[in-house]
Amino acid sequence: MAGPELEPVIGLEIHVQLRTATKMFCGCALGFGEPPNTRTCPVCLGLPGALPVANAEAIHYGLMIGMALESELAPISTFHRKNYFYPDLPKGYQISQFDLPLCSGGKLGEVNIHRVHIEEDAAKLNHAGASGRIEGADSSIVDFNRGGTPLAEIVTEPELGSAEQAGEWLRLLRTTLRTLGVSDVNMEEGSLRCDANISLRPVGTDQLGTKTELKNMNSFRFIERGIRAEVDRQRAIIEAGETVTQETLHFDPKSESITSLRSKEEAHDYRYFPEPDLPPVMITGEMLARASAALPELPAARELRYIEALSLSPESARLFAWRAELADYFDAVCAADKSLDRQLAANWVTELQGRLGEEEAEDSKVTAAALAQLAAMVASSQINQGGAKQVLDQLVAAGGDPAAIVADQGLEAVGGADELAPIVAAALEANPELTERLRGGDMKPIGVIIGEVMKQTRGRADGKEVTALVREQLGLS
Amino acid sequence: MASDIGALSAAAAAAAIADGGLARDELFEHYRARAAADQLNAFTWVAEAEPGAVDGPLGGVPLAVKDLFCTEGIPSQAGSKILAGYCPPYTATAVANLEAAGAPLLGKTNQDEFAMGSSNENSAYGPVLNPWDHGRVPGGSSGGSAAAVAGGLAPWALGTDTGGSIRQPAALCGIVGLKPTYGAVSRYGMIAFASSLDSAGPLTRDVTDAALCYRHLVGRDSADATSVAFPEPIEIPSSERLDGVKLAVPTALVEGEGIEPGVRASFEAALETARGLGATIISCEIPSAPYALSAYYVIAPAEASSNLSRFDGVRYGLRVEQAHLDEMYTETRHDGFGAEVKRRILIGTYALSSGYYDAYYGRAQRVRTVVAQDLASIFEQADLIVTPTSPTVAFGLGERTADPLSMYLSDLFTIPMSLAGTPAISIPSGLSEGLPVGLQICGPAFSENRILSAAHALEQAIGFDGSVTWGSD
Repeated sequence: MAGPELEPVIGLEIHVQLRTATKMFCGCALGFGEPPNTRTCPVCLGLPGALPVANAEAIHYGLMIGMALESELAPISTFHRKNYFYPDLPKGYQISQFDLPLCSGGKLGEVNIHRVHIEEDAAKLNHAGASGRIEGADSSIVDFNRGGTPLAEIVTEPELGSAEQAGEWLRLLRTTLRTLGVSDVNMEEGSLRCDANISLRPVGTDQLGTKTELKNMNSFRFIERGIRAEVDRQRAIIEAGETVTQETLHFDPKSESITSLRSKEEAHDYRYFPEPDLPPVMITGEMLARASAALPELPAARELRYIEALSLSPESARLFAWRAELADYFDAVCAADKSLDRQLAANWVTELQGRLGEEEAEDSKVTAAALAQLAAMVASSQINQGGAKQVLDQLVAAGGDPAAIVADQGLEAVGGADELAPIVAAALEANPELTERLRGGDMKPIGVIIGEVMKQTRGRADGKEVTALVREQLGLS
Repeated sequence: MASDIGALSAAAAAAAIADGGLARDELFEHYRARAAADQLNAFTWVAEAEPGAVDGPLGGVPLAVKDLFCTEGIPSQAGSKILAGYCPPYTATAVANLEAAGAPLLGKTNQDEFAMGSSNENSAYGPVLNPWDHGRVPGGSSGGSAAAVAGGLAPWALGTDTGGSIRQPAALCGIVGLKPTYGAVSRYGMIAFASSLDSAGPLTRDVTDAALCYRHLVGRDSADATSVAFPEPIEIPSSERLDGVKLAVPTALVEGEGIEPGVRASFEAALETARGLGATIISCEIPSAPYALSAYYVIAPAEASSNLSRFDGVRYGLRVEQAHLDEMYTETRHDGFGAEVKRRILIGTYALSSGYYDAYYGRAQRVRTVVAQDLASIFEQADLIVTPTSPTVAFGLGERTADPLSMYLSDLFTIPMSLAGTPAISIPSGLSEGLPVGLQICGPAFSENRILSAAHALEQAIGFDGSVTWGSD
């Protein structure tokens, strides 16, 4: 019995640690791997009598994010208390926002934003024992250095249709935040964290099915894998004629397994109420002007500039604009050799990134200057595509100077009639049957001849030049 | 000199030190010895020696501080077992301001647990006795502070008022208590009960001392986002007349049931005195007053239920070790909190619950807005509102502990001003059956100078003598 075809509906909730000098509600410097509990004070330890004071810089960053996401910015924004007990939450409540978030609505790329609000991060728990979780731990210790770090929570509308789209969009968001300079946006270090709300529905309908919330996906790879695994799990449930249960799920990247953290019935009643210790935040014209003036060129504008001013292909323009590190690297390559054709430079940057996977080009052994030099050697036919790719492989592996690698290993292109013509002639001579077919106008065997020439030149010849010489030597016009 | 020292008001003692007639350490030792020999259970901690001279306008006059305030390295237990032995690493701004102005810390005073109570019987450290009658309560929650001042164990004291916790014990102990405009005094370091209502203020022998203490308490504090700069200096009052002053009496409220005849008689006598000083008395109504008590008993417990969540056994205070986290939380809070605190946490948690929020907390906040509007409209026609501070004089120990509702009625007259965030003072208006009666004088926000001035004039005319208890404890 085949049911209707199902499609995933995915919404993302992203927590971003803001890179302010001090914590959200106290004067402690943000923690960066210091000894535990050394970046603390009565406020972020939740000591009796301590009171929060909102960090104006975090509000400023929040406004910048709201502007970049084309959100509506609240004229008055209030903080609320979200009440629950947990050892990483020293006050027994998190100061967050509820019905009057700093930013409402908005759009990034093709995805609509639901809201952006500001809150404080929890402390870090370390559990001793095999379970790695508080249940079954021998003991658990709390490091409050992270507690109180400013967070922006960005919530999308449920509009993403696949794990891949979610991953791609998250990269765009990461680039946007990185460009804004408001966060380190490092998933492994936890400055960018993503939860996904996932449900399935019959293709063509617009009702939303029962959703689950998937937590703990701390890399782009895990996010895509996690979402895929959950979509598969839900699909199997629905196709078996059963119903999906609303619950919060934990994705274990090691085993790729999904386990339940809590069901809807076990969900907390957070008893939100307005934080009486903090007056409402009034967003003044001055604050808006300051945030607006601080906005750098955003990905959409960069994409357009790459197409219009640099004549890049739309594909290259989007690839770079949505991934600021790559675009910055591309800019550096162009800056290293201003005469370089921009699309050629773009192609070689793309070629490099393809070899690096998750690693960033700027962190690789290939300097922008080296890549620019390599591209210039291709442009001037000092080296052909194949040779250049060999050089790139070596640069990725060990770094170095492209010209030196070419010279050392004799990878210069074999070019010009003088050098190449005898090799082509020898190849034709060695294959009389094919030569006859070519002479008769059947160009199919040309590949074999080119292959033979490449073999003789160890790949250093240019295929087009070989073809031209064959035609010339056989008297074909 | 020792017997004379106890007769000096704080202002007089400061003046005596300033002109060389009295030594600082002699003054401190007089009170230190009396506080250490405390028979009222007013103190939970007493200094062993003068903490070191800080010259300032408060002249070295020692200060008793309610245990709700954090004091660095000194037990700050908020009347609760859950904070037994807890010594904070910092001092509350209000205390630090008074210390910096020259008032050394004499001791910490007993209180109802987390300031929840009107009799000081909800303390984990035992009830405080009223110096006027040891069989009666001193009021609460700042009962230790009030009893210490009335009993001559401290020249003055710091208290807190959330729904009446300075004014009501001041009334029941025959002293002066000022609840400031909300935000005028920093709450930083005051262990929170109900954040939107909590105010710190002085309990003193007379109005002059209250003004002297208060002028060093006010001020914007960068550590308290709800604090504001006081718009004018606090004056030491000198007025002896009330000419041209319009006093409004909320007739329905003060003629309601539950007010003792002796309290009513003392209040009416005070109105007569005011008329004699040139005041005009008008009648007014606070239409929302019947709902104010209910609104207060939703808002205050709601905020308290959240504020008290931090007492979880993880970082400080009591921890009852258990194998599982949830059990540790449960047992710690079960053992650490007293019955009244638990009652209010339950009420507050319920009031904030999903599905009940609008019906309780949301509605209570709307009542609060209406109460503030009602008071504001009275202040368009009158300078001040006057009421009795408490419907009764000090009641017997144990008399009301079984009936929380009758206890809550103690705050009938004080709660509207707490909800509105407006200032009010309680001064003694006389005795009823040998026990003090308090008169409450209330004004609009930041009208403390007006209130202190009127209170001073009335105080002079009433001539209440509280000295009978200064030497007896």
